[in-house]
Amino acid sequence: MKQAMAIFKREFAAYFATPLAYVFIVIFLFAMGAFTFYVGRFYENGLADLSVFFGYHPWLYLFLVPAVGMRLWADERRTGTVELLLTLPIPVWATVLGKFLAAWAFCAVALVLTFPIWITVNVLGNPDNGVILASYIGSLLMAGGYLAISAAISATTDNQVIAFVVSVAVCFLFTIAGAALVIDFFQLWAPVVLVNTISSFSFLTHFQAITSGVIDLRDLIFFASLIALFLAVNVVLIDLKKMS
Amino acid sequence: MIEIEGLTKNFGRISAVSGIDLRVHKGEVLGFLGPNGAGKSTTMKMIAGYLSPTSGRVSICGHDVENDTIAAQAKLGYLPEGAPAYGDMTPRQFLHFIARVRGFSGAAAKAKAAEAAAKTELEPVLEQPIDTLSKGFKRRVGLAQAILHDPPTLVMDEPTDGLDPNQKHSVRKLIQAMAKEKAIIISTHLLEEVDAVCTRAVIIDKGRIVADGTPQSLLARSRHHNAVTLTLPADLVPVAKEKLAALPGVLSVEDVSRTNGVATITAFPRASTLIIEDVSGLASHEKWDVKELYAEAGRLDEVFRALTTHDTQRLRERRAGAAA
Repeated sequence: MKQAMAIFKREFAAYFATPLAYVFIVIFLFAMGAFTFYVGRFYENGLADLSVFFGYHPWLYLFLVPAVGMRLWADERRTGTVELLLTLPIPVWATVLGKFLAAWAFCAVALVLTFPIWITVNVLGNPDNGVILASYIGSLLMAGGYLAISAAISATTDNQVIAFVVSVAVCFLFTIAGAALVIDFFQLWAPVVLVNTISSFSFLTHFQAITSGVIDLRDLIFFASLIALFLAVNVVLIDLKKMS
Repeated sequence: MIEIEGLTKNFGRISAVSGIDLRVHKGEVLGFLGPNGAGKSTTMKMIAGYLSPTSGRVSICGHDVENDTIAAQAKLGYLPEGAPAYGDMTPRQFLHFIARVRGFSGAAAKAKAAEAAAKTELEPVLEQPIDTLSKGFKRRVGLAQAILHDPPTLVMDEPTDGLDPNQKHSVRKLIQAMAKEKAIIISTHLLEEVDAVCTRAVIIDKGRIVADGTPQSLLARSRHHNAVTLTLPADLVPVAKEKLAALPGVLSVEDVSRTNGVATITAFPRASTLIIEDVSGLASHEKWDVKELYAEAGRLDEVFRALTTHDTQRLRERRAGAAA
């Protein structure tokens, strides 16, 4: 665990060692503001809640989180440091976990920096801060889900662009798994159980359940187990590369 | 300390390493030689646990690299090919990170990092990002991380590549200083390095060991081993060649060079016979005006080429020679 911590610290610092972190945070905050106030018409709605704000999170994460995750392994493969990392006496799971947690913590920093909007809504009205807190937690968990997927995909290539594009595509499928576009396609031929399983993987469905104020443990468990699953896939992919 | 048995690695249908057996003991510095693509780096990657062998096994200080990976890796210092390091970190941060991952914490981690930096003479650049360092310093950062935990075994892929002669010398001194307490494997293209630091040389070609012995025993396989080279006036050459060839221990005499009326010729012995005394005796008896006369130890590059030049290539060279 101490070693996972060392990996975590190095990775987390690596984000801030390059302009990447600042560029990302600025774009994230700008996009959040733009969508919430202009596209989402936050003021015109006249509602003292942040549902508009959180409503855009899945779509922003779809592009921004793979950008955070794409470098995790692809960059190490490109520069050759992966050989150094994997020959240090650390279990692969600890390395995978350390890297993931560092990237996730970085996402958390970006998310926390959206606090002015929370202050705004509290100044203007009396929102249900319980729901807002739950939404923040749900949003962070969802970011973790996107990130775990992106990290696992990053482990398969030494090209960050490929890692990014493939991650966005896979994340997109997970986002809209419950939408008519996907369901209609499967309903034509697949058994109901399969259709239900697929739609139950929808990030949108689970996240909307959380932000609407209905805190169901199952939605939290969904994201947590999805993260665990993709971290396990990540470990397996790293081990498979040793065999090739 | 390092035991390798039947180590084999196939990449798809290409066989990179096929059946290497090696035991490296404490106090040995093994020089791993071979042409590019012979399987040196692949072998080293398997020793370090970065690649899994297709078959065969490696153990480090009794720990199997495949089944007891962490324990084996803890006993090994490894410098990967090209000495990769995190470019956005400074050597101090990087070595501190390695120390922490290696299980040192707090003051001990700082001390280990500082010690490794001192041994590899990194102090002048400790606070500069690794990306901005010269090739020589980058290589030494890689060396520093490999020796940081004072491992009983050390595997280094081209430790002196890209260093200037002074830096090469100091790295070799460092290796020699550690040699008594450790089992060390280094790969290199530089044959002089084998002479300078290795107690044992292994030549591999196409994934197999083609020679294994002390540098001296490899030199003894050279055609130039115990050959005698003389420099004398060019007009003496025909007579000298004839008389030298008549000596019982001499197999043949060949021209080496001829400039400004001075020629150099080499007498090759039959089966490594010592012919230096006969040759110098003959020269003084004949009163030749010899400018220079010496016996050769042998040439490692010659042995290397003979063992690793493939048949087709050798045939082509022979044809080219015949045509000329």
